[in-house]
Amino acid sequence: MDSFKKKYIFNAIEAAPLAVFRIFFGLMMLWSIIRFVSYGWVEKLYIEPKFFFSYYGFEWVQPLGVYTYVIFAVCAISSILIALGYYYRWATVLFFISFTYIELMDKTTYLNHYYFTSVLAFLMIFLPANAYFAMDAKRNPQIAFQKIPSWTVNSIKLLLGIVYVYAGLAKLNSDWLLNAMPLKIWLPSKFDVPFLGNFMHLEWVAYLFSWFGAIYDLSVPFLLLYKRTRPYAFAAVVIFHVLTGVLFPIGMFPYIMIVSTLIFFDASLHHRILHFLNRILRLGKASFDNGLTKISASGLQQKTIMVGLCLFFMLQLLFPFRYLAYPGELFWTEEGYRFSWRVMLMEKSGYCQFKIMDNTSGRWFYVDNSDFLTPFQEKQMSFQPDFILEYAHFLKRHFEADGHQNVSVFVDSQVSLNGRLSRPFIDPKVDLTKEKESFNHKNWILPLNDEISGL
Amino acid sequence: MKKVWISALLAVLIWACSSDSSEDPIQKGEEEQPAPVSFERKSMLINWADNIIIPSYESFSSSLSELQTNFEVFQQEPTESNLINLRAAWLSSYKSWQQVSMFEIGPAESVGLRLQMNIYPTDAEKIESFIAGGTYDLSLSSNRDAKGFPALDYLINGLGENDEAIVSKFSATDKDAILAYMGDVLLNMGDLTEQVLTEWKSGYKDTFVNNDGASATASVDRFVNDYIFYYEKFLRAGKMGFPLGVFTGNVLPENVEAYFKADVSNELFLAGLNAFQDFFNGKHFGKNSEGESLASYLDNLNELKDGEDLSVLINNQINTAREKVRALTPFRAEIENNNPPTAMFSAYDEVQRVVPLLKVDMVSAMSISIDFVDADGD
Repeated sequence: MDSFKKKYIFNAIEAAPLAVFRIFFGLMMLWSIIRFVSYGWVEKLYIEPKFFFSYYGFEWVQPLGVYTYVIFAVCAISSILIALGYYYRWATVLFFISFTYIELMDKTTYLNHYYFTSVLAFLMIFLPANAYFAMDAKRNPQIAFQKIPSWTVNSIKLLLGIVYVYAGLAKLNSDWLLNAMPLKIWLPSKFDVPFLGNFMHLEWVAYLFSWFGAIYDLSVPFLLLYKRTRPYAFAAVVIFHVLTGVLFPIGMFPYIMIVSTLIFFDASLHHRILHFLNRILRLGKASFDNGLTKISASGLQQKTIMVGLCLFFMLQLLFPFRYLAYPGELFWTEEGYRFSWRVMLMEKSGYCQFKIMDNTSGRWFYVDNSDFLTPFQEKQMSFQPDFILEYAHFLKRHFEADGHQNVSVFVDSQVSLNGRLSRPFIDPKVDLTKEKESFNHKNWILPLNDEISGL
Repeated sequence: MKKVWISALLAVLIWACSSDSSEDPIQKGEEEQPAPVSFERKSMLINWADNIIIPSYESFSSSLSELQTNFEVFQQEPTESNLINLRAAWLSSYKSWQQVSMFEIGPAESVGLRLQMNIYPTDAEKIESFIAGGTYDLSLSSNRDAKGFPALDYLINGLGENDEAIVSKFSATDKDAILAYMGDVLLNMGDLTEQVLTEWKSGYKDTFVNNDGASATASVDRFVNDYIFYYEKFLRAGKMGFPLGVFTGNVLPENVEAYFKADVSNELFLAGLNAFQDFFNGKHFGKNSEGESLASYLDNLNELKDGEDLSVLINNQINTAREKVRALTPFRAEIENNNPPTAMFSAYDEVQRVVPLLKVDMVSAMSISIDFVDADGD
């Protein structure tokens, strides 16, 4: 245990990899935000909709109308500060808060890589990424260190490893491996991709991609750890992410992952990158090579770090398994599906027709969802039970304010999962206004009546 | 070594970033397809354009000419028998319209053909005021509810209690004003239709057929979205749902299509539903032959997926809906004579059941995103 502690936690290593990671992270985030804003998505996703789907317990996080742009500005400015290593601690705190706030505003836009960014940003608050090749270290030599304890870099490696391995574990199911679903649906529609397009409709290609994807996810973090396999693993990283980026509309994620995995390389690579950057920025790289090591001297400090790391990573390791606490098929009920690195696993879509019943007058009518939801919101709502429930409650409030009394809301829903014929999803006889959101199992979800075996 | 990796990374990144815009010339060549041959979206687009869309527009256009001829006869001699002929030509053209209404893409989309031709209920007061005033601009979007088939419905069927009363309007002092207005409405309909048909023939067809990719802006993806939207909003909701009040709880008989004619709304619906189904099956317009279609595309995808036979399920559900609607009396009578109109509600439910099959199962099988939203996925 002591030797483990020494080697992976407190052993001094070069600070350059963490500095490079910090710079790339800041730049990637800045690019992401500029891209997001320039596509008009702030307007479309956070200002135009009349209603937003909240995460349970975070109903108070709402867009701020036109001031939503301010949050994005804060996020962009803090990512510049992170890249520069200028007021780094403040910048990471601000970035974490603003980015997470954006993600919590509407769960319609949930993406695993946004969650990854939030978790990583939280971790970075505690990392001395401003000790080397940073404005902070330049201005205040007392915090400038050439070497830092190894837990700082290792925790990023571990987090990346968890993302990959858990994404791989999630693929170990019968739909993915035995039926090559959903790739059998997705790939044939990619017939217009250069070179590969002609092969996309072939059955063996779907199986090849499925199995390669699973093996890649499960093995790549380990192969990146060893010097001998690292170049090949990195080549696999590049090929895998570029391929998925070409085939699927997944935005920045492939590039963020490719750049992030550079952290696995030896410090010599990072020194070379910094040399190159130094020629542009003229930050005086040599002055950072001061031979000093940041050490966590006191036993208390060391204990705090150990306890903090343990808590953080225990949570990371256990949280994705919370789905085991729920009955039913995970892909169908999605109870415990999010925040678990289940990436591109399902082709799922649905259709919901809500029926409003005025129990006082006995009158009823259907809802035109486009009156309240954007097409994107309607699409996401129609196959996720927590969305359906939240929307039903919104409809009750809306129509009761509109003069209807004692309103019940029922839903007629059809959902299709991984090529299965669509089937009823929510019990149409259940008055959703009587059901409450909670972490308990939603017993008004009808069963899939099919088994997807595996993890 | 590392330099090599970094330059390799950069090269691949550059390729990745540029690949979506570049047209690969090799793809264009006559390359041998690996077996089994994948479904050719292009041949489906060609079938749609050549054998369905353009012939349907041509037929609609000639039905409008026929209507125009009958109008001119009536204009010369406004007799009861000429009115009956004019009405028959109007109905036949109205049914022909139901065969093109779903093609709201390209030229039809840019002129907004559907809303120019068929907004109902029509605004009878506005029509009366235009006739009385003699000045109006039918090209204004605010006047769309005073023209097209519904305005003709009012002028041919709604001016009096019976044919005698209607014909008497055309011998009164303002007869010229009414006839002039009818003439202008017909002219407007004819012009718009010619414009759309000409554009299809003079270039849009190539644009449509050559945009044969799989992106959200490709022809198949866009058209499938428009096609389902038509079914949901115009067939299901417009012709049945709104008059039934399924979205409000109050029946609105004045919202049925061809309200003044009173007894053809179900026929018009069925004409629309038949055209919709024929399109699904790729049936050539006016013939019994069939070509590449959404149905054959689904069958082709199914060979790989080995799932449920979706094209059969969709056809069966459309057939069920048709049977239910056929058993109804005209919609206006259904709504006005029954409280609540239970039989029509249950027919509506069968019409509705087609929607999830199209909107969930079909688009999911084809990997077409519905109401495309330009946002990142996971």
